[in-house]
Amino acid sequence: MKFNTVIIGGGLAGLVAGISLQKAGQNTAIISSGQNALHFFSGTFESMEEPSQQLAELFSEAGIRTHYQAGVRLMPLGTFRPAALSLEDISLFPTSHFGKKVLIVNFLGYHDFFSSFLAEGLEKQGMSCRIHQLKLAQLEWLEQSPSEMRSVQIARIMDRIWDVVVQEVRVLLKDEDTVVLPQVFGLQDISVPGRIRQGIPAQVVFAGTLPPSVPGIRTQMLLKRRYELLGGTYLAGDEATGAHVHEGVVHSIVTKNLDSHFLEAGHFILASGGFFSKGLRSNPFQIQEPVFGLDVVQAADRSDWYQPDFMQEQPYMSFGVQTDAQLHAVRDGQALKNLFAVGSILGGTRPEMGTAAGLAIRSALAAVDQILRRS
Amino acid sequence: MKLQEYTESRHNFEECMKCTVCTAYCPVLQVNPRYPGPKQAGPDGERLRLKDPYFFNYALKYCLNCKRCEVACPSDVKVADLIQSARIRYDKSKPKLRDRILASTDFMGSLARPFAPIVNGVTGLGITKNVLDATLKIDHQRTFPKYSGRSFEAWLRRREKEQAAFPEQVSYFHGCYVNYNYPQLGKDLVKVLNALGVGVRLLEKEKCCGIAMITNGMSEQATRHATHNVAAIEAAVHEGRKVLTTSSSCTLTLREEYPNLLGVDNTAIRDSLLMATRFIYEKLERGASLRFRPDFHKKVAYHVPCHMERLGWGVFSEKLLRLIPGVEFTLLDSACCGIAGTYGFKKENYAASQAIGAPLFEQIRAVDPEVVACDCETCKWQIEMSTGYTVANPISILAEALAD
Ligand SMILES: Cc1cc2nc3c(=O)[nH]c(=O)nc-3n(C[C@H](O)[C@H](O)[C@H](O)COP(=O)(O)OP(=O)(O)OC[C@H]3O[C@@H](n4cnc5c(N)ncnc54)[C@H](O)[C@@H]3O)c2cc1C
Ligand code: SF4
Ligand code: SF4
Repeated sequence: MKFNTVIIGGGLAGLVAGISLQKAGQNTAIISSGQNALHFFSGTFESMEEPSQQLAELFSEAGIRTHYQAGVRLMPLGTFRPAALSLEDISLFPTSHFGKKVLIVNFLGYHDFFSSFLAEGLEKQGMSCRIHQLKLAQLEWLEQSPSEMRSVQIARIMDRIWDVVVQEVRVLLKDEDTVVLPQVFGLQDISVPGRIRQGIPAQVVFAGTLPPSVPGIRTQMLLKRRYELLGGTYLAGDEATGAHVHEGVVHSIVTKNLDSHFLEAGHFILASGGFFSKGLRSNPFQIQEPVFGLDVVQAADRSDWYQPDFMQEQPYMSFGVQTDAQLHAVRDGQALKNLFAVGSILGGTRPEMGTAAGLAIRSALAAVDQILRRS
Repeated sequence: MKLQEYTESRHNFEECMKCTVCTAYCPVLQVNPRYPGPKQAGPDGERLRLKDPYFFNYALKYCLNCKRCEVACPSDVKVADLIQSARIRYDKSKPKLRDRILASTDFMGSLARPFAPIVNGVTGLGITKNVLDATLKIDHQRTFPKYSGRSFEAWLRRREKEQAAFPEQVSYFHGCYVNYNYPQLGKDLVKVLNALGVGVRLLEKEKCCGIAMITNGMSEQATRHATHNVAAIEAAVHEGRKVLTTSSSCTLTLREEYPNLLGVDNTAIRDSLLMATRFIYEKLERGASLRFRPDFHKKVAYHVPCHMERLGWGVFSEKLLRLIPGVEFTLLDSACCGIAGTYGFKKENYAASQAIGAPLFEQIRAVDPEVVACDCETCKWQIEMSTGYTVANPISILAEALAD
């Protein structure tokens, strides 16, 4: 099968690249061997400035609602972190003192939300907190399988019964100015978090839960749907296992499911993620990029890969695929002319491009720019 | 150095990093709280089962074997294979009569076919459905697949000479459904392939792929079928023919379940076994051409069946449909229709089955196509029964669009 561009990896970087290329009239495919880091997304796009016109359009056309304001956000364990570009679900505050009296509401039987840590953290900021475990008949059937009372399961129900939560919280509310709820709203129906905010006569803050991340999965679904609507081919669950490269040019990709049927293209983008997504793999001796065997920037000696103190910044997190100034991936010291590496597979090798989601989006758009300029 | 050689665990279960991603995509978990979910039933449960088979949980029977957990898993854990092989290994309960009947699609087919009009009439009657419901726990709200009067095999045999005259030859693993219930799909395939200069043959003798036996606790029978089919397909491959299929579930079973669940080696046939849509697409890509009717127009919504999604070959059906002039194409969101072979026929699963399919049915109604395209026969029953829309295999749509 022939495409203008083939992208390996269907996470944030791969999808942003794919959507942009489809929009520019290209015919593209994304190969993605499994789900991605968006499933753990906090809702804040780290290291991002105010979005460009292009990016703002991309988000809004996909149905993703974001807002931008430099400040801090509440973390799942009651601490605060600087944050700017975020999904609309995420409240951004100028300072960590965002209220006086806080009502923290969890659902009875749901263990992936840390109300007491949250209360402890907020009380440190001088806010007084009250915790309430809300018992909802509609959630009772989930309790039959306690291990599976997870964010996504609850969110599916909440898409239908969010108004019950609004009513219950209205009844509970005494003199609190703020209500904190777990981030389990708006999985399919993106209007739900907004409606909850409208319905409750206090400031509503959604706080993170254990994975999977409901706003993250929603973002993934919306991006993928947008990509497919633009005619992109998303090969879910397939894995790029090798490539045909001649004289510094990639000709085609081999995948596990399509075996002898190669995917040919003029350009290729490698967006296969970091260690977590197996874009980078390690064995006791070496860190490797498995699809092309690209050069990986790394410390030669294994004892320099990590800090014995777990909480320290870990050097291996900065390892990544070697690229030239235009993001062409490098193999055996030679830049491959039509292969771009983007997203977390770059690790910390391109500090000027930022980190995390910022790195994913910036590098993806930079690669798209080059591809479109050439064709 | 091949470290994986020393560290690979059964169905890769040690690779599980407990990320919970699979639980977000399991259709059963969304509707049945008694089901432990892919992570618990798969890699987590495997640890316990290895310690002591006592920990085998009979609720694993609720798994649809749809493989969506595997498609979603970022760590390449074969979650559904873990669950199905645990059922094969530890489930000591004998399959019920009902499950045996539902699983024996070819046996039932050969019995019912000669009496097709009677069987169709009888299984369509309210009273029969109520009796089946009460005695066998086959849900009365189900519509039954119709049996055809003459089998596909008989039809094709009568055309052996004519087919042998084509310069290129393939064999066709038609499956029980085409043979007994819907020979038209087989005829459509013959029409399309003939238009490409390809003649179609039967295998020496094919047996049901056995998919329903695997999920209904009859793995020994399934293994016998597997050994037989691999040999039959190998014979065709030896003579230089590709072997084509039109059912995504038969294909996944022949290609993946035989080696992964039943331990039947199929390396000799793997590369030669293709869905017909892939074979045709590849032929067109290499320069072959088809003549289409100039006046053809159809609004088509394509549903990728779960097993097609796992095979990763939905893209061939999609591209083929898009290639037909006059097709107005919509790709439906990836979702399970809820039937999962014989699963949805069982009384205890009926409600869950319909709830799982609900979002898909809703989307189909919203798109309002003239036909839903889909490569799976059980999805066809489920979608037709639940939405009233006609469902056709992409091959049939292709055949209809060909100029005579
Ligand atoms: C647990 C976790 C939480 C995070 N939370 C945040 C956050 O809240 N905010 C933030 O800004 N950043 C966060 N990040 C950083 C995150 O990595 C980036 O934000 C961004 O989502 C990375 O996108 P990506 O597309 O580069 O990679 P990924 O999202 O990792 O996607 C890579 C994809 O490629 C696939 N793949 C890998 N190898 C192959 C192959 N051979 N063939 C086919 N497909 C392949 C993978 O299966 C995966 O789907 C988090 C990261 C992790 C690991
Ligand atoms: S998705 Fe894979 S790695 Fe994650 S919990 Fe499920 S089986 Fe384990
Ligand atoms: S195969 Fe399907 S039903 Fe079974 S655990 Fe996986 S996702 Fe759930």
